[in-house]
Amino acid sequence: MKLFHRLKLDSLLLPLIALLVCLGAWALISGKSTTTTVVDDWGDTVTKTTRTGLSADLPSPTETWIASKPYIVEPLAKRGELDQGILRFTWLSLKLVAQGYFLALLIGTPIGFFLGLSKNFTKAFDPIIQILRPVSPLAWLPLGMVLFSGMKILDANGRVTFGTSDAAALFTIAICAMWPTVLNTAVGVRAVPQDYLNVAKVLKLSRTKTLFKILIPSALPYMFTGFRLSLGIAWLVIVAVEMLIGKPGVGGFLWQQYNANSFAHIILSILTIGVVGFILDRAMSLIESRFRTA
Amino acid sequence: MTPILELFKLSKAYPTPKGPAVIVKEFNLNLKPGEFVTIIGHSGCGKSTVLSMVAGLTDITGGAMILAGKETNEAGPDRGVVFQSPCLLPWMTAMENVMLGVDQVYFTASKQERRELAEYYLTVVGLGGSMDKFPGELSQGMRQRVGIARAFALQPKMLLLDEPFGMLDSLTKMELQEVLLELWRRNQLTTLMVTHDVDEAIFLSDRVVMMTDGPEAEVGDILSIPFERPRSRADILADPRYMDYRNHLLEFLNERSHIRPSHSLPTVPMTGTHAIHDPKTGPFMTPTS
Repeated sequence: MKLFHRLKLDSLLLPLIALLVCLGAWALISGKSTTTTVVDDWGDTVTKTTRTGLSADLPSPTETWIASKPYIVEPLAKRGELDQGILRFTWLSLKLVAQGYFLALLIGTPIGFFLGLSKNFTKAFDPIIQILRPVSPLAWLPLGMVLFSGMKILDANGRVTFGTSDAAALFTIAICAMWPTVLNTAVGVRAVPQDYLNVAKVLKLSRTKTLFKILIPSALPYMFTGFRLSLGIAWLVIVAVEMLIGKPGVGGFLWQQYNANSFAHIILSILTIGVVGFILDRAMSLIESRFRTA
Repeated sequence: MTPILELFKLSKAYPTPKGPAVIVKEFNLNLKPGEFVTIIGHSGCGKSTVLSMVAGLTDITGGAMILAGKETNEAGPDRGVVFQSPCLLPWMTAMENVMLGVDQVYFTASKQERRELAEYYLTVVGLGGSMDKFPGELSQGMRQRVGIARAFALQPKMLLLDEPFGMLDSLTKMELQEVLLELWRRNQLTTLMVTHDVDEAIFLSDRVVMMTDGPEAEVGDILSIPFERPRSRADILADPRYMDYRNHLLEFLNERSHIRPSHSLPTVPMTGTHAIHDPKTGPFMTPTS
């Protein structure tokens, strides 16, 4: 037992046990295919596949693996618009998320600063923010479609490179992901120690200098917490958005495979979304901790 | 000689539901150019509020302040302030912290000149080798040295010190007092300092202003300390007058600080162990010694 602790095996072994338990539970409730060959009334031999189990249509772990293999083994393949390797889908989703996320930061950070600096601004806009904040991405997307209807940016060949649905997608991601940035920036600005503001006052720093030399550096750790939470939300929203507008990406793939009764690929998509979301969060935490110590 | 700083009936009151709470009431004080004046008083008596008003960090609610012939009521780099906690910006090196002020005041000078000025003051306070360290890498005493360098590098008309050594151990404190005195002597800078340390006040000042207890704090008494300069700690400690000054200050703080001269209340005879409680002055004082 002592050796066990010394090698820190528990932090490796325990998650592994939990994983096996989950896989076992999954295998238990998933359906099993049984293929029978029968001779029907016409005298022909027919193979019949029936699925039985607690959730008959749920593919088992092995079935999921076999069905997902082509997407994982060739992660960058492009066989068709909605039949691409899983990394390629991830890349497409990430690209859209990045655009919407930066839009969210670009709008959210200044709003956060105004909220943090002005009590009257907070009094005026806080009720609106509190009402808009819990609105689901599914509700924003149609509004985005209306807002940007008829929008078209064409390339040299006359093909649409950026249309209404793209604009609506960006709008939805930005407006949903913005709130943590807005609120955390506001808290960070309000938390700037009076001592630092006194330094600015004594030195008669200009407004811009106070902003860049004192307010932003001081609020940065809070802002980064907001940025990290915003990225998490942006990644949540992307799936819903892709499902609704049918864009290729992890979410689009998920919805298409559901419609194609290819249930194993739904699980593949879910796991991909989870893993990518986890990696994004870890990466942001790393950057965040770097700013916290500085 | 015309005073460089005149405080005329300086008052501070905060509005409360029960009417204004008067912290400082009609504080009068004049500072001659080059003078070192210390304000001493019990904690919470409002001495820091006075300094904060002179620095322009707290609004004055009554009376006026005249600095070098001009009425002032806002903060500015013509008054260098050293706070109790050094108030360094942790994301900047010692050098950058000093440069922040220097850049602001000497924007016409070349980058090289400004850097040299900051380097000079950092070297004088004994941080020649630690200019590029961040506040987090410096000890409390070293941070306060940066704070002092920052205030002097502005080459202000006046220096304001708010219990600058209050958070330091006594050895570091004595070291920094010497650093401060040396800088003060070289720059001939009028200085107003707030402290609650009697020995510090005697060692550094030309005059010690004793404040009565708050609320409605005002000047209770002023003591001149005519020791010749430059001073050495050993000489002052050996001087027979030292004990007299010390006793004078302690006697005020322990026995007279609750009596306000402007009201000229009858003095309560202190007999026995009865606690004296003056409802007007608030704090419950037990006679000592």
